[in-house]
Amino acid sequence: MTQTDMRAVFLEELTRVAPDIDPAGVSDGDHLQDDLELDSMDILNLVAALHQRLGIEIPEADYPRIATAGAAAAYLSAAAAAD
Amino acid sequence: MGLFTMPSLGSDMESGTLAEWLVAPGDTVARGDAVAVVETQKGAIEIECFEAGTVQELKAQPGQVLAVGAPVAVILAAGEAAPEPEAAPAPAPPPAAPAPAAAPSAVERAGVGAVRASPAARLRAAELGVDLGGLRGSGPGGAIVLADVEAGGGGGTGKPASRLDEMRKAIAAAMTRAKQTIPHFYLSQTMDVQDAIDLLAVRNSEAPPEERILLGAVLLRAAALAAQKAETLNGHYTDGAFQPAAQVNPGLAVALRGGGLVAPALEDAPSMPLRETMAAMRDLVSRARAGRLTGSEMTRGTLTVSSLGGTGGEVMAGVIFPPQVALIGIGAPQLRPWVAGGRIVPRTVVTVTVAADHRVSGGRQAARFLSEFETLVSQPEAL
Repeated sequence: MTQTDMRAVFLEELTRVAPDIDPAGVSDGDHLQDDLELDSMDILNLVAALHQRLGIEIPEADYPRIATAGAAAAYLSAAAAAD
Repeated sequence: MGLFTMPSLGSDMESGTLAEWLVAPGDTVARGDAVAVVETQKGAIEIECFEAGTVQELKAQPGQVLAVGAPVAVILAAGEAAPEPEAAPAPAPPPAAPAPAAAPSAVERAGVGAVRASPAARLRAAELGVDLGGLRGSGPGGAIVLADVEAGGGGGTGKPASRLDEMRKAIAAAMTRAKQTIPHFYLSQTMDVQDAIDLLAVRNSEAPPEERILLGAVLLRAAALAAQKAETLNGHYTDGAFQPAAQVNPGLAVALRGGGLVAPALEDAPSMPLRETMAAMRDLVSRARAGRLTGSEMTRGTLTVSSLGGTGGEVMAGVIFPPQVALIGIGAPQLRPWVAGGRIVPRTVVTVTVAADHRVSGGRQAARFLSEFETLVSQPEAL
């Protein structure tokens, strides 16, 4: 999957966890907690959804690496390629 | 049971708008089954019946505004006769109370029956005059979310979130009443939660995301167990007297994007081991976001736990949610110099603040709660 595909998957799961976020309004640099107001429970639900969807298990220590859509796209495509 | 009436979903609720029936005449229902979805100032709430029976008749239509106590349906227990056996299906009674100031009549026109939708989606649909029934949902369980309405309704740039405005109004009313009528006092204690954090880090590193546990679950579990030993913090103050609650149902304050806030109750939380507490919290938070809480979750709270989560201020002295008599405010964890065993060591600490009703309790009871809380979080493996 390309980074663009990964970004789309990430945004899809993000808006499933937080249905009131408009995916079109999320820019690459928006921070999940500071800008999009996700709390720790939302982040966990997002990580669980990404695990189910992609089979990628994101350890807690790596949460900062998916803190924005841009960072997450890069992290997830690298993780998928490493599999 | 006979007549099923519009329940009160909070002491400040006067009426609700029937959004959707979840049962039809002839259906059998068990105690606790959700029978309908009602739009209130606090969002869409599933209302449940409290006795088993068979649905005989629906007495209200989706879109109708119903006062608390107004007849909604006839549900008969086995062998029970209908209250008016000879009556033909009665016409739905007219709304018994005027709609609250901003209950949007557009909701009625928008036809919100028989669909799952988030509060934001319902609101936007009402604003745009879009029929939710004609949309495909992409949310959890096929629920219609805001994006579906925007996509189906041609977008639009109208002012969003008057539903949140409604929720803010309800919060404003409850909080003003709380501050005007409840003599609050506050007691805080900062405690070391490093052992709990370390324990979770080890357990979570070996667990798939679905089984990870958040510090918030540890703190909620500690609050629930400590509240069992603090009778004067757990219950309701009604009609000039305190009624202690027989079980501990902590309301979990959940902030919604845009400024909304709900505090659904986790019934009999002390009976849930940590893993179960975590699962129940996840479920409550997701349903709060999707607008699918139940009437009993909205009304059965016996005290509230409000946690700032991973980031935020370090102390929160909250406002009690009437008719409850205490709110436990938990600040965000902070790494601080801490004295342990005669040495200064870096430890992550949390400040827990009890806001309590001085008509019912005093500093000693609040201190006992905090001390019990601290003991519990210092032995996380026992939770």
